[in-house]
Amino acid sequence: MVPPIGATRREGPLGADDLESAAVIEREQVLHVARLARLRLSEEEVERMVGELSGILDHVDRIGNLDLEGVEPTSHVVALENVLRADEPRPSLPRDVALASAPEPRDGAFRAPSPQAD
Amino acid sequence: MTDLLQLTALEAHEAMVAGGLSAEEYTAAWRDAAAGDGLNAYLWQDGSSEEAGAIAVEDARLAPVAVKDIFCTEGVPTTAGSKILEGYRPPYTATAVRKLLEAGAPILGKTNMDEFAMGSSNENSAYGPVLNPWDRGRVPGGSSGGSAAVVAGGLAPWAIGTDTGGSIRQPAAFCGIVGLKPTYGAISRYGMIAFASSLDQCGPLTRTVSDAALLLGILQGQDPCDSTSVGIEGGISLPTQEDLSGLRFGVPAELRGDDYDSGVRAVFEQALRKIADLGGEIAEVSLPSSEHGISAYYVIAPAEASSNLARYDGVRYGMRAGGDGDLVEMYETTRSEGFGAEVKRRIMLGTYALSSGYYEAYYGQAQKVRTRIAEDFGGAFASVDFVVTPTAPSVAFELGEKTDDPLAMYLNDFFTVPMSLAGIPAISIPAGLAEPEGGGPRLPVGFQIAGPAFSEQKLLDAAHALERGIGFDARPGGADA
Repeated sequence: MVPPIGATRREGPLGADDLESAAVIEREQVLHVARLARLRLSEEEVERMVGELSGILDHVDRIGNLDLEGVEPTSHVVALENVLRADEPRPSLPRDVALASAPEPRDGAFRAPSPQAD
Repeated sequence: MTDLLQLTALEAHEAMVAGGLSAEEYTAAWRDAAAGDGLNAYLWQDGSSEEAGAIAVEDARLAPVAVKDIFCTEGVPTTAGSKILEGYRPPYTATAVRKLLEAGAPILGKTNMDEFAMGSSNENSAYGPVLNPWDRGRVPGGSSGGSAAVVAGGLAPWAIGTDTGGSIRQPAAFCGIVGLKPTYGAISRYGMIAFASSLDQCGPLTRTVSDAALLLGILQGQDPCDSTSVGIEGGISLPTQEDLSGLRFGVPAELRGDDYDSGVRAVFEQALRKIADLGGEIAEVSLPSSEHGISAYYVIAPAEASSNLARYDGVRYGMRAGGDGDLVEMYETTRSEGFGAEVKRRIMLGTYALSSGYYEAYYGQAQKVRTRIAEDFGGAFASVDFVVTPTAPSVAFELGEKTDDPLAMYLNDFFTVPMSLAGIPAISIPAGLAEPEGGGPRLPVGFQIAGPAFSEQKLLDAAHALERGIGFDARPGGADA
């Protein structure tokens, strides 16, 4: 769970002052989200990310105040569902071709470091 | 040779089919021109037929195409502008490229782009920015900046790119060429490296509307490899329309003077007068939710990107770094070293928007705004045939001008994002030249026309008539200027 941002979340219509409001995302949240995204950020990147993401989220937060009760969300514009194809066997990518771009192919497989540190 | 390069892609195709033009000679002339790239627009060029291998064409009868480096090409480097894919040679070819090859269009090369198509200036490429052929101190737009620059700069007769929130239309506008984002689902996305899957769409960047129609006709179609592709019923014919009588063009009432530069406005208003001259009718429409397009887009697109880009983990393809530690350490090192600043920013934004406790407030809310935006367009199209806006709020800006302000960069997409969210087709055609706000030589301004889903034929017909009426014939100083 990401720490709440409640302190800076505002109610009511936006005014010009809101555009210069304080950071809406803090350092701890940036570090937490980076961990979730499997990114390791340098100290400088963390600092910059706090400022930049805050500025962007501040803009994005404008939609937070819209009354959209009862509006259906759109995840996709094409009204398609369950597009099926015939279940017919066909050749798949040959193993050597699939492995050709791997950083460390070994014994016909993708080799990766152990999930457990030594 | 120079004369050959003056032909439009359609003229060249007709001459090749009629037998008056040798495909070999024509293609060779373009390969020579492309080899003189001084814009950093190509990341790879098909110089040796040996390297091209799987993407070679036997029977060329169409102008050679420059392909954005986001399309997988078997055996040929495909980087998506990212260091994380440096040296990657995909094991298969994207459907869009395969269709070009099958139609007889050779591939000229792969064009530079913002990393993973994230950007509006091409400055986010790991391989350096593309320069605008009109003014090398300025950006070509993005993310399909390389594809736009090669067409405008005389380095390719035509090109394909991708548009997620304006990535074909805005660079086309900045470079003074035609750019079309088709309806979502018109062209297969198979083999097109994913950025935001519910928005990404392939499309043509060309010198003329007729060339765009010819290219769209080849590219469109249902593809068993992309379940969201449906194609365009009846295909696409070459446009011949010469007037706009009986057609209604809606200008959003919400379009405010301070949303865009005065020079852009002058060209936009001039184009509106031209529409009236050609017999079209100008009406006002209301798109009240469009002003929230940027907010919704910069939640939805990064959210989808954060999921799509999870695949770059240093295991199956692409670069690996930090392989001496444990698995998570390898993931983190690879991604931290492999991704550039903008890609990291969007992954962070998207991960945050999707994280527990924020999903509804951001992603859920953005999807509802998306519904509203689509409903606005639906309402507008009940009374008009098309909605028109400037393509971008300004002409091409200077290199480095917006790199320190991501939000200012994002706001460049103000006019193009709503159509992407609604999934509808939109075309940018060059409408004139305007001085940049800070002064300087005049630069191209794009005029955007959007229509209902799958109205491409009607859109191209109208754009063709307006293109003829405007008669834009300015050219950049030349690639060697």
